[in-house]
Amino acid sequence: MSTAVTLWCDRCGGDAGRGVHEACVTARALEPPRFCPRCRRRMKVQVLPTGWSATCVEHGTTTSP
Amino acid sequence: MPEILDHARSQVLDGGVGLDEAGVLAVLRLPDEDVPAALQLAHEVRMRWCGPEVEVEGIVSLKTGGCPEDCHFCSQSGLFASPVRSVWLDIPSLVEAAKQTAATGATEFCIVAAVRGPDARLMKQMREGVAAIKAEVDIQVAASLGMLSQEQVDELVDMGVHRYNHNLETCRSYFPNVVTTHSWEERWETLTMVRASGMEVCCGGILGLGETIEQRAEFAAQLSELDPHEVPLNFLNPRPGTPLGDRPVVEARDALRAIAAFRLAMPRTILRYAGGREITLGDLGTRDGLLGGINAVIVGNYLTTLGRPATDDLALLEDLKMPVKALSATL
Ligand code: SF4
Ligand SMILES: [Zn+2]
Ligand SMILES: [Zn+2]
Repeated sequence: MSTAVTLWCDRCGGDAGRGVHEACVTARALEPPRFCPRCRRRMKVQVLPTGWSATCVEHGTTTSP
Repeated sequence: MPEILDHARSQVLDGGVGLDEAGVLAVLRLPDEDVPAALQLAHEVRMRWCGPEVEVEGIVSLKTGGCPEDCHFCSQSGLFASPVRSVWLDIPSLVEAAKQTAATGATEFCIVAAVRGPDARLMKQMREGVAAIKAEVDIQVAASLGMLSQEQVDELVDMGVHRYNHNLETCRSYFPNVVTTHSWEERWETLTMVRASGMEVCCGGILGLGETIEQRAEFAAQLSELDPHEVPLNFLNPRPGTPLGDRPVVEARDALRAIAAFRLAMPRTILRYAGGREITLGDLGTRDGLLGGINAVIVGNYLTTLGRPATDDLALLEDLKMPVKALSATL
């Protein structure tokens, strides 16, 4: 899945182009994403000891870098 | 040296007898300038009664989210507008997680589920999962599945689960402010059954839920009465959407005071850094805690949030010349 499209903040689900998401960006260092950045759906997220995977029913699965 | 630390030196360090509630409270009330001395004493107590080894553990969520309970700090409660969705981990991924954990040198792997207590589906998943891990991975398996019936306790023993985690979370007097769907006493009951079964008891909680300093001391005394094999110490990481989502994080100095105080209350327990330390303490504070009574860590990620890379913690332990407890030492 392409990560180029970021319409929604993947932490708070807010409009990525509006408002301030600095706190979200900081928090994301210690959190997996929760919202799909393309469609804002809440994703199914599995945290594992060494990583995470997040699945949007529409846009597929992203895994930790 | 403050009087309470003199007293603790003879009673706890020399005698191996933990501080009572009043003693813990006195430590929690120490002025800032005495905190380093408290940490130093707590460290000596840990070295004397536990030794230099550090127990390393990894945890994984077998069933995430959708919990019917209302613990106000928890992003996995299905009763709050938390973004955490319900998800189950399959057995091959569970075994893979155990392998990754063992590869860090960890001797403990704790399987956690967000439930009030296990149902038949979860117990079946546990039975298959634990058997699969034991067939492929050299690691001790612990579990945290909420409140248990006697039958379920017996089943877990039969599976070979050697330690059971069930946190009291906070002191008895504050608990109803944090959880309303079950009682502190119900949790205590599960712990009593676990203890009687021969499984090791792992029981701790979270600091920073809004409890007073007095209630923190009460909690340490209640844990000390339970006398758990292990006490995981969490610091609130306020989760969006939960009733405690806007609470401030615990100040680093207060967290360190608590670490010293809990160690002085329980000289022999495994006192583990659990969630929230990255936010409350950062790198420097993490080090201070390991030199102030902590003798166990959770490495890698938590259940719904991420931790520091395991390699950072292992490098720190090496730097501190604290050996990772080996599997042979735990059997
Ligand atoms: S029982 Fe456990 S998973 Fe459920 S809400 Fe409470 S802390 Fe969260
Ligand atoms: Zn945001
Ligand atoms: Zn999507």
